[in-house]
Amino acid sequence: MDKKRRDFLKIAGATTLAGLGGSVVVERLVTGEAPATARAAHEVDPAVGHGHARAEAGHEPVPHGGGHGHEIRKTGKRLGMVIDLRQFQKHPELIEKVVHACHAEHNVPSFPNKKDEVKWIWPTEYAKAFTEHSDYYRNSVILENEVLVLCNHCDEPPCVKACPTRATFKNKDGIVAMDYHRCIGCRFCMAACPYGSRSFNWRDPRAGLDMNHINRRFPTRMRGVVEKCNFCAERVGLGKQPKCVEACGTSKAMVFGDLNDPDSEIRKVLKDNFTLQRKPSAGTHPSVFYIV
Amino acid sequence: MFEKALKGNKYYWMWLAFLGTFMAIAAICYLRQFNYGLGLTGMSRDVSWGLYISQFTFLVGVAAGGVMLVLPYYIHDYKAFGRITILGEFLAIAALLMCLTFIVVDLGQPMRMLNVIFHAQPRSMLFYDMIVLNGYLFLNILCGWVILTAERKEVPPPRWIYFFVYLSIPFAVSIHTVTAMLYCGLPGRHFWLSAIVAPRFLASAFAAGPALIVVVALILKRVANFDAGKKAIDKLATIILYAALVNVFFVGLEFFVAYYSNIPGHKHTLDYLFFGVNHHGHVYDNLVPFMRAFLALFAVGVALLSIPYTRRKSDFWLGAGCLAIFISFWLDKGIGFVLGGFVPNPLNEIVEYYPTANEIFIVLGIWAMGFFILTVLYKIAISVEHEIEA
Repeated sequence: MDKKRRDFLKIAGATTLAGLGGSVVVERLVTGEAPATARAAHEVDPAVGHGHARAEAGHEPVPHGGGHGHEIRKTGKRLGMVIDLRQFQKHPELIEKVVHACHAEHNVPSFPNKKDEVKWIWPTEYAKAFTEHSDYYRNSVILENEVLVLCNHCDEPPCVKACPTRATFKNKDGIVAMDYHRCIGCRFCMAACPYGSRSFNWRDPRAGLDMNHINRRFPTRMRGVVEKCNFCAERVGLGKQPKCVEACGTSKAMVFGDLNDPDSEIRKVLKDNFTLQRKPSAGTHPSVFYIV
Repeated sequence: MFEKALKGNKYYWMWLAFLGTFMAIAAICYLRQFNYGLGLTGMSRDVSWGLYISQFTFLVGVAAGGVMLVLPYYIHDYKAFGRITILGEFLAIAALLMCLTFIVVDLGQPMRMLNVIFHAQPRSMLFYDMIVLNGYLFLNILCGWVILTAERKEVPPPRWIYFFVYLSIPFAVSIHTVTAMLYCGLPGRHFWLSAIVAPRFLASAFAAGPALIVVVALILKRVANFDAGKKAIDKLATIILYAALVNVFFVGLEFFVAYYSNIPGHKHTLDYLFFGVNHHGHVYDNLVPFMRAFLALFAVGVALLSIPYTRRKSDFWLGAGCLAIFISFWLDKGIGFVLGGFVPNPLNEIVEYYPTANEIFIVLGIWAMGFFILTVLYKIAISVEHEIEA
């Protein structure tokens, strides 16, 4: 009860300050504090049974894609993913396998009408995935093969900032998650996402599912809410790998782990390979990296 | 004072019945949408806001435009606006109610809309939009009603109301600024990511709002025996003309930045809106006629408002000029700006949006609701004026 009152006072105070024109002050007050309150209610604690969150990240520089400025390295856990396009070129059948595994795991509906489409992870052309990179006379292997795109679980997610109800929020482990019961369906997050990663349930999603073969361990959604890839927060919380990573088997086409842990496998992969992030100039600091 | 809205001639009732029919049709269409979901609209994951939000954006401007009457009258003591200031305030009420209705019909889960308050997120621009829109609505209801009541009693308005009148002026600016910030703070949407969006919104608002007031005032002169006064109308025409020119100047600046810098992200949407784009052999240009009509009607409107004969000697041509400006800026902001911003999508794909019949009827019904409210409010205001004169 006390906590709620405090939240109310915080918001009321911030609003008053905003009215007085102190938007900078508000930004200061709110940053760091408000998301923490949002988290408290929803958190899927990822630390359980899943290694140690390091207080201090290592000293080597974090590699990143487009040469766009500096990413401020934060302490704590930050889950991320490396997608190795070379492996997908070697095993093109993996793409469909991954998409199917994810969509079956999360009861993502499929509709014949493209207008109703809902998708969490999907293949697209190189030029569409990396709109800021030239594809002029690009290596034909790259252009002919598809790239899997999904939510980037940005370190600075614009969707979280846009959401008026905190229905989408960033977990302590870096996962950008959704509360389907709080979302009002305003779709501001969809306009805010620079990667087109978000889908809306334009109609009852159960109409696009075979209800006899759904995954009963994951909820179906209702119409009128936004959804997207959740980095398998429900599996990661149990110490498992995301479904897409699991679907890749031993190919290492997708590597998942803590970007802030200098000893993690993903850090080793990032250190040894040249990787790209999508649209680094948007300042969102994506947690998904690509080896081209 | 509400009883004044209940007495009217047969044309008054026929007009209300006409609007009521559209409202009833829209109510049925909305029930269908409520039961099925927003899939009944033409929106998709690529064009995720459609006519509802674009109408909302335009009407915020119409609401803010009322300040062009309030400000000269209360700050500069421009007496000629005395009779029509109330028209500006009541127009703001009707426009804001339309805005709020457009937001509600656009929500996927309207029953949860109070989450915006229960789980407020002060980093979201929608949070501030909610505050300023409702605040401005409250201020206009309060000021309009108190001042009209005082007028009816033929006493000067109470002094405390001036605090709220003055407060309503920055609020008018803020509603459209914050609405612009819904768009211009989003990374990765190049067309919207421009600092000139808010000034451009305000300029178009200060033309479109007063333009509608002039059109309505000229109609009221014929049907309700209410004369706003030649001086007031002429001053309004000046305001509309300058604001309209400034708006299109800002649009021109967008063109310069895009095409001179030659940055693809900046050019893409303008190409799509004004020229159509050829993408893998398919031409996408469904908004081009609207945007060309925007420029053509703007030119017609500016001509009619600047030529002395059409502006001063003929109510018909003056009204036509204002109507041209109003429709022109509706095409610009109520169609092109919001819908165009989604093309191309973040993956540089082009998906075009076609509203469905169900969606269009809901839009028409909400517009009808706005004009219904406007008619009733203006009826009250004018009846009070007539009562004083009698």
